[in-house]
Amino acid sequence: MTAPLVVFFVLAGLAVIGAVSLILQEHPIHSALSLIVVMVALAGLYLLLGAEFVAAVQIIVYGGAIMVLFVFVIMLLNAGVEEHTSLSKMAGAPGLLLVVALGGFVAATIAKSTESVQAAPQTGEIASTTGISNMLFKDFVYPFELTSFLILVAVLGAVVLAQREKL
Amino acid sequence: MNSLLTANADLIITVVKIVLLLFIVLTVNAYLTWFERKVVAHIQSRWGPHRVGPHGLLQPLADGVKFLFKEDPTPAGVDKFVYYLAPLLALALALTSIALIPFGPDPIRLFGHDIYLGIVPPDVNIGILGLFAITALGVYGVALAGWSSNNKYSLLGGLRSSAQMISYELAMTMSVVGVLMTAGTFNLKKIIEAQAHHPEWGILSWNIWPQILGFFCFFVAAIAETNRAPFDLPEAESELVAGFHTEYASFKFAMFFIAEYTSMITVSCLCSILFFGGWLSPFPASWTFTHYFPSLVLIPFGLWVIWDGVRYETLFGRIILPGAGTAIAGLGVLFVLFPNVNHFIQGPFWLLSKIFVFLFVYVWMRGTLPRFRYDQLMSFGWKLLLPLSILNVVGTSFVILAKMTWWGAK
Repeated sequence: MTAPLVVFFVLAGLAVIGAVSLILQEHPIHSALSLIVVMVALAGLYLLLGAEFVAAVQIIVYGGAIMVLFVFVIMLLNAGVEEHTSLSKMAGAPGLLLVVALGGFVAATIAKSTESVQAAPQTGEIASTTGISNMLFKDFVYPFELTSFLILVAVLGAVVLAQREKL
Repeated sequence: MNSLLTANADLIITVVKIVLLLFIVLTVNAYLTWFERKVVAHIQSRWGPHRVGPHGLLQPLADGVKFLFKEDPTPAGVDKFVYYLAPLLALALALTSIALIPFGPDPIRLFGHDIYLGIVPPDVNIGILGLFAITALGVYGVALAGWSSNNKYSLLGGLRSSAQMISYELAMTMSVVGVLMTAGTFNLKKIIEAQAHHPEWGILSWNIWPQILGFFCFFVAAIAETNRAPFDLPEAESELVAGFHTEYASFKFAMFFIAEYTSMITVSCLCSILFFGGWLSPFPASWTFTHYFPSLVLIPFGLWVIWDGVRYETLFGRIILPGAGTAIAGLGVLFVLFPNVNHFIQGPFWLLSKIFVFLFVYVWMRGTLPRFRYDQLMSFGWKLLLPLSILNVVGTSFVILAKMTWWGAK
């Protein structure tokens, strides 16, 4: 096995273990920590594929900003260990079915795939920061601006909701 | 055996570099505590540590031994896993960020290998982004320590710290965008080289002049990110006992301590690299006689240490201090005698001097400024720093656009 392959299996294993532990953990903080492990492992996979910029942004945005907010809210609300009601236990049965179905679907897709769909390290234009910014600000500038407008509306909505009593 | 050595030469070099850098950073950390206590003491008209060793120079050693031998109780009701994870996370992330800093322009040629000063190869393209990624994760050490300690004061400290870091990270990231746009790269080495395109301008070609607004925002936000005074609300001792590390004792507390000082060093490195020309000399490149500047600093300093040492009150000091002074002055003489060595140390010398100045400013601010109130902290970050840094980005892009359209510069 070559070194990149070993690194891939370590990172992929970490991501899967983190994802499983995210669901199985009893305490919300432990679940949030597992999600951070998944995010960082994914960033490592991007780095392995040569996408340095995407890897760094993955950690800054998802691992840093978003998950810090998750942890912050969980800490602020002082959320305790989750309680199992009879309904949430019943939800396990269809969940197990869905897991089997999804796993079968993914396995079938991988089995059918040829060389061409396998991910390979990206180089040149598409991996570089210049390439990404050209795509964002030239080729897809209108969708990009629309998205930022949507986020702005969401931020304003949050401010209005928070300020309702004072208005 | 020999073939095994040559086959894995890069790996061995990297491991040796990591061990060396770790040793240097931890030693510097230890003496930074001594430096801070001395400077703050003198600001407050006190002497500071002066009992353990000459001028208190062995105090960090005594502190280290004390940290190791203190009782290390684990409070009841803590979340064990997270409680042990938090200091590890804080220390590991702080030390990792140092690995991304380049410390000198030229490689040393040893055993047929070019060895760069710095662990990550200088052609890594995400330098500054990688640093921000590590800083972004750094908040977990403090936040999780506060949460897992099962203590209301710790929880408040952890909450404050996460809120503070979320707020100031925005301003910190935005404030360097101006520098990144003028340099056109994320690579720290290229950012420094971009500040040297007018070699005859010396200090005037550094980023600090066009980006002075960006520097102000960056430095203030970075101090807040490292939880240092006047932004040390997460550990405000008058309100929260000791904040997030109230329940940590012995070496687990020392790990938080080392993490804080290491991030101070990282921020000082970043300030010098992004805004103050990194390893560039402040003098014009044609003034080659300024290459003797390091010796001009080291020799008088060494002589002063000898002069101070021979009249020191204890016998130990009368032996140690002149010895250290001779070593320092000897280093200065060595640089004069060997032009090759002298040429090589120019870059690291200027970078380390700048880092030292920023570390002094850190300590100076701690000795001078009172702590912010929580609402002041929030309104300062969101209502002043963030708009200013955005203004800086917009202004810089207009200047670059004007240069491109009217002067045809690239």
